[in-house]
Amino acid sequence: MDFNFTEEQSMIRDSLARLIREQYDFETRRSVVESDAGWRPEMWAQFAELGLLMAPFSEEDGGLGGGAIDAMVVMEEFGKGLVVEPFVPSVVCGGGFLKHAGSVAQKEEYLAGIMSGEQIFAFAWAEPKGRYNYADLETTARKDGAGFVLNGHKAVVIGAPWASHFVVTARTAGDRRDRAGVSAFIVAKDAAGVTTRDYPTVDGRRASEVYFENVALSSEHLIGEVDGALSLVERVGDEATAALCAEACGAMGVAHAQTVEYSRTRKQFGVPIGKFQVLQHRMVDMFMEHEQSISMTYMATLKLDEPEIERKKAVSAAKVRIGQAGRLVGQQAVQIHGGMGMTEELAVGHYFKRITMVDSEFGNVDYHLKRYTDLCAAEMAVAAE
Amino acid sequence: MELAFTPEERAFQADVRAWIDEAYTPDLRAKMAMSKTGYLDREGQITWQKRLHARGFIAPNWPEKYGGPGLTPTQKYILHMELSAAGTPSVVPMGVSMVAPVIMAFGNEAQKAQHLPPILSSDIWWCQGYSEPGAGSDLASLQMSAVRDGDEYVLNGSKIWTTLAQHADWIFCLVRTSREGKPQEGISFLVFPMDLPGISVRPLPTLDGPMEGEQEINQVFFEDVRVPIEASLIGEENKGWTYAKYLLQFERGNAYAPGLRNMLSKVRKIASREQIGDVPLIQDADFSRKLAEMEMRIEALNATELRIFSALSAGEAVGPESSMVKCAGSEAQQAITELALEAVGQAGHVFVRDSWAHLREGANADLPMPEYAVPVAPSYFNYRKTSIYAGSNEIQRNIMAKMVLGL
Ligand SMILES: Cc1cc2nc3c(=O)[nH]c(=O)nc-3n(C[C@H](O)[C@H](O)[C@H](O)COP(=O)(O)OP(=O)(O)OC[C@H]3O[C@@H](n4cnc5c(N)ncnc54)[C@H](O)[C@@H]3O)c2cc1C
Repeated sequence: MDFNFTEEQSMIRDSLARLIREQYDFETRRSVVESDAGWRPEMWAQFAELGLLMAPFSEEDGGLGGGAIDAMVVMEEFGKGLVVEPFVPSVVCGGGFLKHAGSVAQKEEYLAGIMSGEQIFAFAWAEPKGRYNYADLETTARKDGAGFVLNGHKAVVIGAPWASHFVVTARTAGDRRDRAGVSAFIVAKDAAGVTTRDYPTVDGRRASEVYFENVALSSEHLIGEVDGALSLVERVGDEATAALCAEACGAMGVAHAQTVEYSRTRKQFGVPIGKFQVLQHRMVDMFMEHEQSISMTYMATLKLDEPEIERKKAVSAAKVRIGQAGRLVGQQAVQIHGGMGMTEELAVGHYFKRITMVDSEFGNVDYHLKRYTDLCAAEMAVAAE
Repeated sequence: MELAFTPEERAFQADVRAWIDEAYTPDLRAKMAMSKTGYLDREGQITWQKRLHARGFIAPNWPEKYGGPGLTPTQKYILHMELSAAGTPSVVPMGVSMVAPVIMAFGNEAQKAQHLPPILSSDIWWCQGYSEPGAGSDLASLQMSAVRDGDEYVLNGSKIWTTLAQHADWIFCLVRTSREGKPQEGISFLVFPMDLPGISVRPLPTLDGPMEGEQEINQVFFEDVRVPIEASLIGEENKGWTYAKYLLQFERGNAYAPGLRNMLSKVRKIASREQIGDVPLIQDADFSRKLAEMEMRIEALNATELRIFSALSAGEAVGPESSMVKCAGSEAQQAITELALEAVGQAGHVFVRDSWAHLREGANADLPMPEYAVPVAPSYFNYRKTSIYAGSNEIQRNIMAKMVLGL
């Protein structure tokens, strides 16, 4: 057993933390988030220069030989800095599909671009009525000779406004919500028939509704097995979820630290409010929730390569605990700041918003509780046989 | 004990309902459904309040001699219940329910004649200048100074978190007129117009992301602002703390449960439109159970509020009970906004700064998500305020620990 980071991981963390400290302070972030673009491509280039975008890929694939732990390290720092650039959509999701299922040609065409930062991926899986279910698809890719014709609407695709490519899930066979019959495709954003509607999100990022109208695809766009991509989609989804958990941990840690600091300096009734025992206990509760969130994130990340049921249970458990912890930490961070916590001028409210919104990405508390419960039932059924 | 209303009370209730059906017009309802803060814009707010006034419903608690409607306690309760249950905008409280009772009780005749009629008719908008950057929960430590100069006070300092100050024509302020003795003993209660030289208002956008000019709170700065003592000072100099405490009775006290029911009914509507698998979310076992639990929480509060109301009607004084209602009510409000956020799922991520844009004529009506999802995350963020303002819930629990439990 070893919960320590390798030298490379520590280096990534330290240099990323320095970069964020120097170039991603709260005021800078605020003006970037409110700008037309909503992000800084030059920041992305710097992340590439630091090697972040190639860290989680094998040397064989042209990466630095790391994996999910490296992504976790990066995302925890992103969470601390409320970084909006699309590491999870592009590197964890786009890169994840290519790493697990990309052909040699696909890796050549796309993975190198993801690692250099020249190509940016977004993961277009959720639909207006799908409610976190990867298989609940109204988007279809009709088989057409050797190729496919893609039609559908993907909702709240995070990072889509900045993306050059999408990984799109679509039904190629079977009925809506069947496990079989799901396929995944790489679709260039500038392909004929792709349109987007871009908007900001409530937590300062950018996303789009993405519409596909008779988009012609060839088998070279297919990633993973035709009709049989759901397991791959779930695996990449779990990797993204674990990375999001790390981001939430980073953000919770800062929200907590800022609250403790504020309670030391803010005086009412002649004493720092941190002297009031009720607030002390609450900040201790926040601390305990944050620590356990970190632990759960480690467990989920370390189990990403385990057999499917193990992996899914660990990821769902982490997402549930972090959803619950995030609620407490975020709400109390605002509460203990009083009126100050309510303003957009203070960072803590922005941490609260980001922590809150993590819950409804890649399945919320209820979704993952249900998934976990179903997995336990399945295990028991197997054991009973 | 008797749960039912009398036939006369039921008739009054029917009247109120019929009036609301008509007066709470679709344009106002549509705007209110998209509000992030629970308020309308200035124009909408004034339109609604003037309609209430025309029907005699704006100030149920005012004595008849100042233009109050002379309702019985039960009628007042019914009126409040029906207005809340229909989801009508709350009357901006700073005029009608905060400064007016103080002026009635402690102002001179000239002040009453000048201020009460335009408050009742919503022709003058008031804001409340109590909190300061250094004085929140510990309000008595406030520092904004009023120094006598002939027959004027010269004001310097700043007020913060001032609700809708950008719309206000007048402000009532607690200011420091003496630094001797206990802090509470050097505070005075002043009223003056907002357009005097030396007053400036800085918007403080809250987490809901308000559109320009619609921010809920502000910081107000006072730099050598001169006000006439005779017209501005309410009651006696250095007695302001007593008046402020008197006002607090009016700041708290209204029932939460009817409004909570309305909020919950909106979540139900969302949950019947959202799909989970092949059923609407409202039929999902987990979610419907949460709705049921929430409903029970509201009913518990409702019955508690009725018990308090009944004691009040019997002439008993209501003290720390209002702290209980404030904690339970505000926390239930927050829990309902949390349920709503859960219900809308991923659509909650989409940020629409101007949530009224699609209602205005000519504006592009096409939203990237269902309309009902627009204000949900912003309201969730915004409603964190309810456990902070009007005496934070920690302060309310301190009061109960001391006054109820004797600790
Ligand atoms: C949306 C909004 C609108 C408002 N509108 C107005 C307005 O129109 N006019 C106006 O004058 N004010 C207004 N307020 C201000 C409001 O009354 C104050 O925010 C409130 O009194 C708390 O003060 P504070 O923000 O300075 O927090 P603090 O007093 O600094 O409190 C910070 C934290 O410490 C806790 N705390 C403080 N003392 C104790 C204690 N003794 N024991 C345990 N915990 C304690 C608090 O509960 C809180 O969690 C508004 C506030 C908000 C959020």
